[in-house]
Amino acid sequence: MNASLFELKDVTFRYETDHPVLESVSFSILPGERIALTGINGSGKTTLLELMVGLNKPQRGTVTAFGRTRIEEEDFYEVRLRTGLLFQDPDDQLFSSTVAEDVAFGPFNLGWPRKRIMAAVRAILARLGLEGFEHRITHHLSYGERRLVCMATILVMEPEVLLLDEPTEGLDEHHREMLVALLKASPCAMLIASHDKALLDAVTNRSLRLENGRV
Amino acid sequence: MAHADPRLRVVTGFVLAMLLAVSQRFDTLLAGLALAAILYVAAELPTEPMRRRLVHLNIFMALLLPFLALHATPSEGAWLPALALSREGAMAALRIVIKGNAIVLVVSALISTMDTPTLGHTLAHLRVPDKLVHLFLFTVRYVEVLHMEYLRVMRGIRARGFRPRANRHTYRTISSLAGMLLVRSFDRSERVLAAMKCRGFRGKFFLLDYFHAARGDFVFGLVALAFAVTLAWMEWI
Repeated sequence: MNASLFELKDVTFRYETDHPVLESVSFSILPGERIALTGINGSGKTTLLELMVGLNKPQRGTVTAFGRTRIEEEDFYEVRLRTGLLFQDPDDQLFSSTVAEDVAFGPFNLGWPRKRIMAAVRAILARLGLEGFEHRITHHLSYGERRLVCMATILVMEPEVLLLDEPTEGLDEHHREMLVALLKASPCAMLIASHDKALLDAVTNRSLRLENGRV
Repeated sequence: MAHADPRLRVVTGFVLAMLLAVSQRFDTLLAGLALAAILYVAAELPTEPMRRRLVHLNIFMALLLPFLALHATPSEGAWLPALALSREGAMAALRIVIKGNAIVLVVSALISTMDTPTLGHTLAHLRVPDKLVHLFLFTVRYVEVLHMEYLRVMRGIRARGFRPRANRHTYRTISSLAGMLLVRSFDRSERVLAAMKCRGFRGKFFLLDYFHAARGDFVFGLVALAFAVTLAWMEWI
């Protein structure tokens, strides 16, 4: 089982006094797997993604990532560098004033040299059809554009696993198709939480359904 | 002027504003005002917002200044201090009017012409502490988000037939709106930090833009320096 990228075992999580959002959830992600994560609103999809990168800590059960059990905040640092998590709200993810700066933030934290960062930023923006956006001011962009920039900020870090929370929401037809093509061509393993059936059918090869906190 | 190096513009604006603020002689102040007017014309700012800015400033000062001019001079034996229009008070008031307008013109011409991210980066390159610069940039980034959130909620409230009046219902609605914005912005700050951590943030910020001074900037810098020295010379020598 060492080959799996992520392995969750009996993970139970609750927010303070609430009934458990996730109860004894177990599953793993193998290299090359693209998993659809479905479930009604409030079924814990976002919470599950957050658990996997240590933004929430499970009350019970273990999270194993890249061959090591991760418990402490420090354990998850490496996990986060190797995993790209796309948030639902782009205003949470884009905090810099300009697009280039935001996209460069991750690579900077990876310690890349400046030249490589600048080249990577330009390349990823071009791949997402955002050429010439470098010096645009993030909060002046439209919602769909901000979502795409978010996608750029995580893809630029060359993650091994993508955890995407509603990646196509708010995108127009053209950008949606581009994103689907890009995900199809990507070698990354993925877990995609979405209600977009067409996207899931086109991209994923396995599915998980969350119901009453269980898979 | 919009092409001049932002660092130079910020420094020049700051120096001129300080000089104007401490000057007391009328010839210095008037020369400063003239210089400010020249900078304003050179910056080719749109006139309407500038006019409104100056009108606001001067209305505010018009409200304050009579109190300065009405210098209170207590006369002996009188039960109430008599109020008399004093020459010094009037002169002080006039100085303040000139200073205020000149400083607003200088800052508008040199600093307000750059967008806020550029101003933030400029301050960082001028060795303003990192924390302050990022606080400033974050504020600029999220004030707008918060404002949009406010507008969205307000639209929802209006759509249900709310009209602000001077009654308890209005106060209650407004205060819960304010409270909700506060809570939401707190939640958002946690999510933003989480997103930053996901990209490997460990408390260290960095900046991308580097500014390059061009030949024209040296000319501009020299001219600005010459004017500043002239003003200082008029004032103190």
